Amino acid sequence: MKIAVEDLRVRLGGRDILHGVGFAAEPGTVTALVGPNGSGKTTLLRALSGMLPHRGRVRFGTRATAPREAIGYMAQDTAGRAVLTVFEVVLLGRLSRLGVKVSEGDLAAASRALDVVGVAHLAEAHIGELSGGQRQLVHFAQVLAREPKVILLDEPTSALDLRNQLHLLDLVRRETRARGLTTIVTLHDLNAAARFADRLVVLHDGRLARCGVPETVIDDDLLAEVWGVAARVTLDDQALPTVIPLGALAAGSSRPAAPAPGGLA
Amino acid sequence: MTGSATPDHASSWRRLARRRRAALGIVAALTAVAFVVDVATGPAFLSPMAVARSILRVTEDRTVDTIVWSIRLPIAAMALVVGAALGLTGAVMQTILANPLASGYTLGVASGAGFGASLVIVFGAFLPLGEAEAIPLSAFLFASLASALVWGIGRSRGSTPEGLVLAGVALLFLFQALTSLLQFVATPEALAAIVFWLFGSLTRATWGRLAVVAGLVAVMLPILALDAWKLTALKLGDEKARALGVDVTRLRMRSLAVVSVLTAAAVAFVGTIGFVGIVAPHVARMTLGEDQRFFLPGAALAGALVLSLASIASKSVVPGAIFPIGIVTALIGVPFFLVLVMRTRRAYW
Repeated sequence: MKIAVEDLRVRLGGRDILHGVGFAAEPGTVTALVGPNGSGKTTLLRALSGMLPHRGRVRFGTRATAPREAIGYMAQDTAGRAVLTVFEVVLLGRLSRLGVKVSEGDLAAASRALDVVGVAHLAEAHIGELSGGQRQLVHFAQVLAREPKVILLDEPTSALDLRNQLHLLDLVRRETRARGLTTIVTLHDLNAAARFADRLVVLHDGRLARCGVPETVIDDDLLAEVWGVAARVTLDDQALPTVIPLGALAAGSSRPAAPAPGGLA
Repeated sequence: MTGSATPDHASSWRRLARRRRAALGIVAALTAVAFVVDVATGPAFLSPMAVARSILRVTEDRTVDTIVWSIRLPIAAMALVVGAALGLTGAVMQTILANPLASGYTLGVASGAGFGASLVIVFGAFLPLGEAEAIPLSAFLFASLASALVWGIGRSRGSTPEGLVLAGVALLFLFQALTSLLQFVATPEALAAIVFWLFGSLTRATWGRLAVVAGLVAVMLPILALDAWKLTALKLGDEKARALGVDVTRLRMRSLAVVSVLTAAAVAFVGTIGFVGIVAPHVARMTLGEDQRFFLPGAALAGALVLSLASIASKSVVPGAIFPIGIVTALIGVPFFLVLVMRTRRAYW
């Protein structure tokens, strides 16, 4: 289901967090939401997930709201000390369907999700006994067990090692394509975003800075204006942009005072 | 990392569920045994077999039947239902407040009840009701008032666990101070009565009071059971429960209302019997996990068992006398609980 956002505004605790953001995300594609800390990425995801009151227009396909079961949202914080097994946590993804007796279909969906994500060996461990990275994978399995139409992931790779980052992002893209999901994921790593996402949405101070395919969005001007970072952006052999950061710019300036030749790279 | 649906995890989880059901069965059986022994224990010794026969109405023995049915059964049954109510309320409180120290008493409900009872003990002479009715009624009213206040104050803070705990602890101290004030102005007789009420005693049980508490437990348990999966999801944290579609604020408020009624009813009739509400949920959590379909009945059964054992002990410590059960519960419960905490390797909170 296509997500179309127009003039989305969110006010929290007397402060405007989002000042009218608009973009669209198509089924079967991954949209990466990028931007500096505090730019409103998490707020945007929470508003889309239906957890935050907002103004403006959000359409899921032809409807104004998506049914809760259709949205798989993975929060940034996956901590928790519940005495629940990994299998139970994944099963909770199917919350709206669970009754006193758990159906075969729900058990099968949870099993499948554990296998797909590759955390089946943890099925009987308590969630509180896992590492941060393992918990992140388990919560992603919970999102898949839900069999949603829309996936919203808030920094799903923040605690993962390099291999698991690649594994998870690859999996996100594969599931998105195979099931025709509409996926929006916040990421801090611009290079990973450029490689795994079909489109980028760049937020800056609660406003849309840019959006489009990675190669048109990412350039050194964007890095300077939005992140305050001096960087060299090159295109690799697949014509995807690669960001090589050179250094932080002084506050208020949009150009590095004295770009060091060679820089940090 | 195969994509095929292997039923292995599902069937091992089903085995786990069977083990949990068996554990519930064992605790239920132990509770039944404790109940019979509880009825058999007292100044006039009855054999557990005679008691079991009398309860099941297999044979008639007028002496045994009179002791069992008129005196001991209501008390022993009250131990079961009050224990179950306190275990259940502790379990729900620990879940909705995300706090291992929480119990039905955490949010000032019990101290509200204590103040309500003290008020009647000191000024009861001015009431048109007899003390036997007025004390539980007033205890129940003030317990309800306390939880309504916690609810109201907590709402202004978005009904977060922290907001509720802060409001509850403030009220707890307020009602304790008010009770102390009453004790200060009370006559020596009234002072003794207040202190004795606060100890907690099952001997206040009657068939009528038993029916009220048992009825409330019977009504509230299914209400909680309907929310079992939502409460389980809440264990992952508010944000994650919300992401799964739980209306966290309403769930918390609904559960708090149920817990308040149960706590108020239990406290109103038998006084403050502490610790059962903290220890029973921990026992249940360690043996059954926190899938609330097992955890909630487990905590209720564990509470019933602990209070039943405490009731037996309260009659055995000093032969011929009944030791205040509130004291016995803590004296037995604390060492048991500490052993449990120290022997457990896995992290349960």
